[in-house]
Amino acid sequence: MAFGPHLLLAVLEGLVTSAVLALTALGLSLVFGVMRVVNVAHGELFMLGAVLAWAIATSIGGSPAVGFMAALVLAPLIVGAVALAAERLVLRKVNYDPEATIVATIGLLYIIQQLALTFYGADARPVPPPFNMRISLPWFGYSGYKLSIIAASALLLVVSWLVMTKTKAGLIMRATQYDRETAQAFGIPVDRVYAGVFALGAMLAAIAAVLIVPISQAHYLMGQDPLLLSFIVVIIGGLGSLRGTVVAAVLIGVSDGVISMFFSPTLAKMIATLLVAMVLVFRPQGLFGRAVR
Amino acid sequence: MTEGSSPARAYVLHLAVIAILVVLNFILPAYHHGLLARILVLATFAMGYNLLFGYVGLLSLGHAIFFAAGLYGAGLGVHHFELSVPVAFMAALACGAVLSLVIGLLALRTSGVAFMIVTMMFAQVLALAILYFAPLTGGDQGLVLQQQERVVHLGDTVLDLTNPMTRYMVALALFSIVLLLTLGVVRSRFGRVLIAIRENEERTRMLGYDTFANKLAAVVVSGVICAAAGSAYALLFGYVGANFASVQYSILPLLWVLLGGAATTLGPLIGTLFMYYVVDITSGYTSAYLLIVGIALILLVLFFPKGILGTIRQRWVRWLP
Repeated sequence: MAFGPHLLLAVLEGLVTSAVLALTALGLSLVFGVMRVVNVAHGELFMLGAVLAWAIATSIGGSPAVGFMAALVLAPLIVGAVALAAERLVLRKVNYDPEATIVATIGLLYIIQQLALTFYGADARPVPPPFNMRISLPWFGYSGYKLSIIAASALLLVVSWLVMTKTKAGLIMRATQYDRETAQAFGIPVDRVYAGVFALGAMLAAIAAVLIVPISQAHYLMGQDPLLLSFIVVIIGGLGSLRGTVVAAVLIGVSDGVISMFFSPTLAKMIATLLVAMVLVFRPQGLFGRAVR
Repeated sequence: MTEGSSPARAYVLHLAVIAILVVLNFILPAYHHGLLARILVLATFAMGYNLLFGYVGLLSLGHAIFFAAGLYGAGLGVHHFELSVPVAFMAALACGAVLSLVIGLLALRTSGVAFMIVTMMFAQVLALAILYFAPLTGGDQGLVLQQQERVVHLGDTVLDLTNPMTRYMVALALFSIVLLLTLGVVRSRFGRVLIAIRENEERTRMLGYDTFANKLAAVVVSGVICAAAGSAYALLFGYVGANFASVQYSILPLLWVLLGGAATTLGPLIGTLFMYYVVDITSGYTSAYLLIVGIALILLVLFFPKGILGTIRQRWVRWLP
């Protein structure tokens, strides 16, 4: 294959990564923005979504489309419930102290990972895609399902943006993010907003995982890369900024796809991590974010 | 904080702990003897972590980088560059010092959550670099140091670090030096400034202390101690592997310190000892040791934030350093 088509393929692969990454990172960014805590178990909630998708699709059987749709609805709900339980039983009890929350979510990370290993096993298992269709381009054929991931992610991002900017729920979330105490004084149930946001953040990660699982199998260690990449996206994009998150996800996803195709993936990850650490040191508000008040 | 009232009591307690550990060298059965030597080295790592986390209040999620710097500094030194063991040990300390100085200069520009993430990312870069330079480092497989690479010649005396007795005593010597060093530091003027920074950084700065320089010094001391533990681990146990640079080895010292009691000098030893034996005993029944680590972390944060020695100090023994 010539250089041009090769590059196009790399960009397409990168866009699929970006689509999944944007959803995962949006969940992390939402939780950090509104609650001011970092959820280190976010990657494991992503993994839980993928593993549950496999379990649901397998137990339902029948046509792949039915199993996949069931997983797409049920897996995020279950993951949301797990996150809600963790929020009520642990995070609220430590009063959302940033350091205690990090330590507690590290604990949650290990628990979910170990339970997945015990009950799901160390094998990587695929979920059949809901439909098989190859779109033939002049140089190579490309999976229609992969393109539909990009579309689904874009749709969800637009919906998220509409919810945040146009609805009352979005207004309440933004008010809580802007000033917790004043929001409380105006009668906003901050406590319930926190619970809802934490569950919603986890559900976004789970949806992303269900979308990706037909093309990259479910495995109990699959949560590590999304966590690191989500951190990177959220930091580059500016914490709590939806637009920044999307722009950064596309930037990171595509450059990761292109660099990994032409250079060593380990080297790419190394350089990206170092650069992002430098961004955090020298420009803590992110490349696109505004300075914190 | 009522220390100062009885400095002698604190030193007697610490010397007694060291004396007990010396006696254990001669009476422990072989299995526990080997385990305790390992625990002493890892407790040294935890003490280095405690100096920063417990006394300065800086929560790093990337201390594996300093442990790994010592581990690989010493391991690569004896394996590829044929350094003698003492020279390799010094080289490892130098690696730890330079690395902690650079990371301190960068990471201390941030604070709070950003500090945790930045330190974690730097550690991740080293972990990836170890995998990337696999021809030199052995990558995932790691390197095994041969017996002849782990013998110390000091004049006429020959110390064979593969001998269990020697190994235990060397581990204990390192542990004791660092323990007494920590005790000295936290009772010194420097240590009090560190505690003041933890309690109220703004006010400490207003009182005329250079908080950045003090924090940087704490990062370097902590990094060098962790590097010393790492290089001792490589030289004593003869294995250098990439998993020691992973995130898990940044989390474990945090767990040990939280369990034993942050900002207590003996807490890291108690925490490491306790956690190591819990994992060792349960691994007889289940391989799910990460589950235990996870549950322990959550329970500690929820119900026991001061750890074992921290609670004892608060309730009963006020003079405990």
